[in-house]
Amino acid sequence: MSEIRFTNVKQLPSVHLLGSGNPMCAGCGGLEALHQVYDILGANTVFVNAAGCMTLLAVYPFTPFRGSWLYTAMASAPAGAQGIRDALDVLKERRGLPPGEDMQVVVLTGDGSAYGMGLSATSGAIERGLDFLYLCYDNEGYGNTGQQASAATPHGARTATSLSGIGFVGEKKPLFDIWAAHRPPYVATVIGSEPLDLARKIEKAKAIKGPRLIIALSPCPTGWDFDPQESVTIGKLAVNTGIWPLKEYVDGKVVHTKIPRRRVPVTSYLEAQGRFAHLFKPQRNEAVLAEIQAKVDAYWAGVI
Amino acid sequence: MNRVLITGNLAAAWGARLADIDYCPAFPITPQTEIIETLAAWIDKGEMPGRLVTLESEHAMVTAAGAAAATGVRVFSATSSQGLLYALEMLYTVAGWRAPFVLVNVSRGLSAPITLEPDHNDILAARDSGFLQIHCATCQEVLDSVLMAYRLGEDPAVRLPVLVNLDGFYLSFTREPVAIPDPAVVREFLPPFDPGTIRFRASAPESQAVAVLSGGPYSYFRYEMHLAARNGLAAYDRIAAELEARFGRAWPAVEAYRCEDAELLFVMMGSFATKAKAAVDSLRAAGWRIGLLRPRLLRPFPEAAFRRWMAGKRGAAVIDQNISLGSGGVLYTEVTAAIHGQPAMPLLTSFIGGLGGRDIPPEEFFEMARIARDAAERGQAPPPRLLYTADELRETRKLQVLAKVERARLSGGEQP
Repeated sequence: MSEIRFTNVKQLPSVHLLGSGNPMCAGCGGLEALHQVYDILGANTVFVNAAGCMTLLAVYPFTPFRGSWLYTAMASAPAGAQGIRDALDVLKERRGLPPGEDMQVVVLTGDGSAYGMGLSATSGAIERGLDFLYLCYDNEGYGNTGQQASAATPHGARTATSLSGIGFVGEKKPLFDIWAAHRPPYVATVIGSEPLDLARKIEKAKAIKGPRLIIALSPCPTGWDFDPQESVTIGKLAVNTGIWPLKEYVDGKVVHTKIPRRRVPVTSYLEAQGRFAHLFKPQRNEAVLAEIQAKVDAYWAGVI
Repeated sequence: MNRVLITGNLAAAWGARLADIDYCPAFPITPQTEIIETLAAWIDKGEMPGRLVTLESEHAMVTAAGAAAATGVRVFSATSSQGLLYALEMLYTVAGWRAPFVLVNVSRGLSAPITLEPDHNDILAARDSGFLQIHCATCQEVLDSVLMAYRLGEDPAVRLPVLVNLDGFYLSFTREPVAIPDPAVVREFLPPFDPGTIRFRASAPESQAVAVLSGGPYSYFRYEMHLAARNGLAAYDRIAAELEARFGRAWPAVEAYRCEDAELLFVMMGSFATKAKAAVDSLRAAGWRIGLLRPRLLRPFPEAAFRRWMAGKRGAAVIDQNISLGSGGVLYTEVTAAIHGQPAMPLLTSFIGGLGGRDIPPEEFFEMARIARDAAERGQAPPPRLLYTADELRETRKLQVLAKVERARLSGGEQP
């Protein structure tokens, strides 16, 4: 079974397929995840992109992808995937397209599209059983336009549109649950700072037919306000504090793939990012910090 | 060739079937739904090959249509009104992919107020999208135009998607005798789609629709689309000539009815132009030298045909079944721009009528002819006229009185 192909980080691909020198920010957690995902998926892919940071990966006449790419619009990348998948199937059935010319169809969007504008198109694609892989790089805000609050922004984060008070007053939309409620064959959360977990999940997803959906939490130096070199550290803290549970939905069940045995206090994660600085200075907002910790504790109390 | 009595919707579906489409992303909307229901039934029963998939919106439907065409299959889809506008972002987008396909629009007035009956504001909202546009007046024309649209869009010098328009109710649900051409003859007229280099294949990776970061390349690609659309003029004439030779039916870019010796012209598009045609016959019988110009091709706009047909005429009544709110008729501005600065052109008068399926009865055509003639004699155009009768106004006033009475009753019995 493909799951056991990667038991050790040394087995992970050491040469990256995705070209370097693209316009993503230094320390981009989304790019880190994309590198790893692409290495597992391989060049025999067509990426269908929605408006977001990664739209700028392919700027005429350059692309870092060795496979194909189609930019659609913010709301309808899954529908673009539908058109390509259906067309390739019809070409094989009717027009003699050799199977070797087929490709994995991969939707690539940020959280702005995945959690909001593109949710209807995603729901439709899952409901139709579309054979595709969806990769959402989730940096918890409209990053490409300067980190305004999105449906993925966590409670208490300062964004360009939630600058005062405790910051964003809403809650991060439970996209994993929303996707899983459609009962697709596979849903998973990943993060670039846990490459072995990520590789296993992408390897598993690659072998499955039907809708497979992946959310990669993507530490964002510019949007979250931290030094780019801290990107991996912050990603590890997101997992070890329990804020970003690594899990998968498969065969109707949710399985946590990495349960932090002793969870680090959420303050370690929050303190490291400028977007939460107002919760610590000029004085600690104990109420909000306790509220965030309590929600994480309550989540894990339901898991174990 | 087999003549049957079918609706405009069925004629559109027959066009798609005869074009041997591979793929139809679909979404229902009145008055278009019969088209996709027909195709779905044919595919389900194995009467035609291909795949039909119902998307969750027209925005998604046009995205899927463009993406499938960009993968190299022949694509057909259909929509109407609000659906076309819901997809508008993607109309502009997929046109830029240069992946041809055919989208049928069954015209219906736009909200608000929401309505079901036809006018052309929906299709004209897509005027600048990069889709070419063919406007039909009869059910036969719908079938033939779908076939022509594939030829036009897939022409190597064009490579743009094409909208074929028919009017809701007046064509969509009206049965007319339609000749269904022999599939073998259609195949000679319309060979299988050759996607050229625009298609996704594992062995030939390709990036499509990538970003550009400055006005230089952006303008280049936009100009390319414009010039490709302009190439559609010559391509259209060639295709129309070929269709006429094979099927014996002529669908020129601009239909000219009894125009040769005319002094006055009606200018109209769509099925309501058949009302203008009847008015021409009546007026001719009464001694008027009048004709009708009906553009079938709206994009690219056939200026040359307009100039040719209008040269030497005295006046023309341009009747728009649309309204650019705050300006007036769209066709009027198009025709004005086409003939401006040309020698011996007629004086144009502008009329708006037929909104939301409002009828244009013969007497209104006679009145418009009179106004156009008088204006030409005076050498000065009157302000644009909004067609509406005292009777219609009285009926609408009655509805308003009813509305007031009902409101008063609900808010405490007070009478107006």
